[in-house]
Amino acid sequence: MAEAALLEIRGLGHEFDVSRPWLQRALRGERRRFLRAVDEVSFAIPRGQTLSLVGESGCGKSTIARLAVGLYRPSRGSIHFDGTGIVAGQAQPALRRRMNMIFQDPYASLNPRWRVSDIIAEPIRVFGLMKDRAQIAARVGGLLSQVGLTPADGTKFPHEFSGGQRQRISIARALSSEPEFLVCDEPTSALDVSVQAQILNLMKDLQARLGLTYLFISHNLAVVRHMSDQLGVMYLGRIVEMGPAEAIFAAPRHPYTRLLLEAIPSLSEPGRARVPVGGEVPSPIAPPPGCTFHPRCPLANARCRAEVPQPLTLQTAHGAVDIACHAVAEGRDRA
Amino acid sequence: MAALLEVDRLCVEFPTRRGVLRALDHVSLSIAAGEVLGVVGESGAGKSLTGAAIIGLLEPPGRIAKGEIRLEGRRIDNLPPSEMRRLRGRRIGAIFQDPLTTLNPLYTIGRQLVETIQTHLPLSDADARARAVSWLEQVGIPGAADRLFSYPHEFSGGMRQRVVIALALCAEPQLVIADEPTTALDVSVQAQIIALLKRLTREHGTSVMLVTHDMGVIAETADRVAVMYAGRVAELGPVASVIQEPAHPYTAGLMASIPALDRRVTRLAQIDGSMPRLNAMPPGCAFHPRCARAVAQCMAEQPGLMAAGRTEAACWVPVKEALHG
Amino acid sequence: MSVTATPARPGLGARLRAAYDSDLCYHFRHSPVAVLAGAIVALMLFGAIFAPWVAPHDPFDLASLNLMDSFHPPVPLAGSVWTFPLGTDDQGRDVFSAILFGMRISLEVGVAAVLFAMVVGVLIGLLAGYAGGVVDAALMRIADVQLTFPAILVSLLVDGVVGAVLPTDLHRSLQIGILIFAIGISNWPQFARTVRGSTLVERNKEYVMAARVIGVARWRVMLSHILPNVLGPVLIIATLNLGFAIISEATLSFLGVGLPPTEPSLGTLINTGNNFLFSGDWWMTVFPGATLVLMVLAINLLGDWLRDALNPRLR
Repeated sequence: MAEAALLEIRGLGHEFDVSRPWLQRALRGERRRFLRAVDEVSFAIPRGQTLSLVGESGCGKSTIARLAVGLYRPSRGSIHFDGTGIVAGQAQPALRRRMNMIFQDPYASLNPRWRVSDIIAEPIRVFGLMKDRAQIAARVGGLLSQVGLTPADGTKFPHEFSGGQRQRISIARALSSEPEFLVCDEPTSALDVSVQAQILNLMKDLQARLGLTYLFISHNLAVVRHMSDQLGVMYLGRIVEMGPAEAIFAAPRHPYTRLLLEAIPSLSEPGRARVPVGGEVPSPIAPPPGCTFHPRCPLANARCRAEVPQPLTLQTAHGAVDIACHAVAEGRDRA
Repeated sequence: MAALLEVDRLCVEFPTRRGVLRALDHVSLSIAAGEVLGVVGESGAGKSLTGAAIIGLLEPPGRIAKGEIRLEGRRIDNLPPSEMRRLRGRRIGAIFQDPLTTLNPLYTIGRQLVETIQTHLPLSDADARARAVSWLEQVGIPGAADRLFSYPHEFSGGMRQRVVIALALCAEPQLVIADEPTTALDVSVQAQIIALLKRLTREHGTSVMLVTHDMGVIAETADRVAVMYAGRVAELGPVASVIQEPAHPYTAGLMASIPALDRRVTRLAQIDGSMPRLNAMPPGCAFHPRCARAVAQCMAEQPGLMAAGRTEAACWVPVKEALHG
Repeated sequence: MSVTATPARPGLGARLRAAYDSDLCYHFRHSPVAVLAGAIVALMLFGAIFAPWVAPHDPFDLASLNLMDSFHPPVPLAGSVWTFPLGTDDQGRDVFSAILFGMRISLEVGVAAVLFAMVVGVLIGLLAGYAGGVVDAALMRIADVQLTFPAILVSLLVDGVVGAVLPTDLHRSLQIGILIFAIGISNWPQFARTVRGSTLVERNKEYVMAARVIGVARWRVMLSHILPNVLGPVLIIATLNLGFAIISEATLSFLGVGLPPTEPSLGTLINTGNNFLFSGDWWMTVFPGATLVLMVLAINLLGDWLRDALNPRLR
């Protein structure tokens, strides 16, 4: 990609310490145990675009979201925002002001003891963007109108709002420091479909109007298709297929991407019978050797069980797609 | 086909200190033997409550205020608790969203299966155990005979839901109420569980009431579907008709707001506003404040289900044109 | 551009009305036990706070004491006087007035001790729960060790050590403060454990993450985000602990290590009255004792009610 990326991630890896407490470990003679949540992930998001990460539970997509906003310190690799490295846990107010996050659960993401206006004004106060109370109140009112609520809603508490309205408040808070980049971690998966449509439309409108760049995390492929320019499909901490969303939806190549697409019930053919793929996502504490997808993969052979596949770039009509699969590399998927 | 289960003008109310809230308002549905009825709606629409009322598990202070529930023509909504308990499991099974609420973590799954089987069927220990193994095999648990001695936490999420299905079906009930059975599962596992549920209920001739918010699951599984909105049935009909030619403006809006996998639009159709809260129900049709088609009658008079195209819709001005041409 | 007016926050009248209409208040009004307990506590609080004005006599005013008035029995009995409704003690002090002043001191020590325990416990609990790791382990082990000793033993120990360290004249003037410290310090682990538990739940909620994303300082996340959300159970423990603290103070005073007879709390009154119990002058110890029992019972009933009212699962 020639255009400058706003967010660039290189060789990112993250492990969680899931060992027992020290005393128990010492008594049982256990070693520390780590969960590899993210491994060798690289991608870049061009300014003004949406890159989505999709995958099932435990694939590491939410961990990447939190790494991207500096909530965790990465075990390996680097994250650059507009050319500057992001350091977890350190005061980088100039950088932090330019990014924010929208969360999954609208019932947990707003402090129940705070008034809506204080919730939305928090980033303004933290970054010291405005000092004058009237000025802040006007800005909060403007933000509330921007997300489809009224300025009078600011005096209420979160419990007075429905799930969809709370998610609007959450978006207003995320926008209040005028960021360029938003990480959206499953922003609609807790919402009903008709409300989901409202929120997705709002997010697209705001992106068009404010030139926002999104890192969009979801498990719902239909939502991802609607929102994304770029798409990364993740399985057990790794990106197995990545490229322009159109290219992947037009011709998915990785067996896991195909499984995911096949698993979604179709609305246009009610009552259609499908042969579901067996197996479940294995525990990320003890992932299978080689390609982690091999136990569920119809194309797996000895090489897949032993060797981790590296991404291979394929040119398609919609752009370049990176696929980490031995079968695709060897052409076995087309046989 | 004679109806196995009939829900007739069922009203469920919650008395609160600020007045009585009517959570279900004249809900009428029926399920024929061997039929899969999907019940779909947004959170708070009353779909789970309908299921809970049928199996007699309404949380107090909720109570059935009006209407009847009949199983094979016999009323079951006024049965004493002891009889209702016997009915549950033997004639009506239940599958819930979270397998851990159904399975007792302290007992092996074998013990739970055998106990359920022996509560409802006059079988010896050995026969009950053989039946338990056979059910575990039917729901696709590898090494069923050995897994009898496993505890619920030793299974993965998908496997646990399979055990719950075995538990719900092992006494061969005539009806299964499945409340969001796949919501907590990953998409790929979801497909497995739905296929399993479909196959088993067809093999055993069990009727299913499938309660879910996921229109895709309904589309794939149900024969007929009831769309609920604000405690009322908004539309009822064959699944293909409801999805492709919905007559109620709410169903039409709902269908249009679902992002599609096979095509891309710049903007999703959206229904503005949100479902009214129970304590602020508008007069007339509950959907009229959000409805572009509303006329004066909608604001004054509450519509009942009436024939509209190929479905029944509770609407004075039903949609006539098909959705996808 | 339109100018957005700041919407006014609701006024006092509206807030009072909302408070009266709140679920908690409704629950209170419909619980006879809570209303009765509340009335008793309110009455006692009134008597204690306004003791100097309400009490018929001033038990501390040595000039007004008359030895001729000593050993009057309480009112309906032979030899009783109407001016001393609950009788008098060996020095001619009015027992009723002494109880009012005694309650004042008992409540003062109890409330202050609970507040002290609460502040220490809540801060330690917040820190342990939010920081986690070694800090958490260290603080919680200290709490565990302290919990293995009975609270009254810890109070006795602290009281004794502080008393021994301080010079005698300073010791006298600081007696109330020492008592508050001794009782308070024996009760903090309960607050700390509860707050730590709630903090562990709250700190993983997304609203805390939202604050961390924009780089809000840790202490601010703890104090302005988490603290308001963990206070519910603290209120319950504080109410229930108030009863314990008052009993602890009475016990210490009864044992003679608490407040001196010149500043008599309920415990001191029971102690001095106790000496005359076998000579038949029972009223000097029974009335303060009954007052103590009633007060602690009412406070605990109120605490129990609060616990049930704030627990949605029991409703």
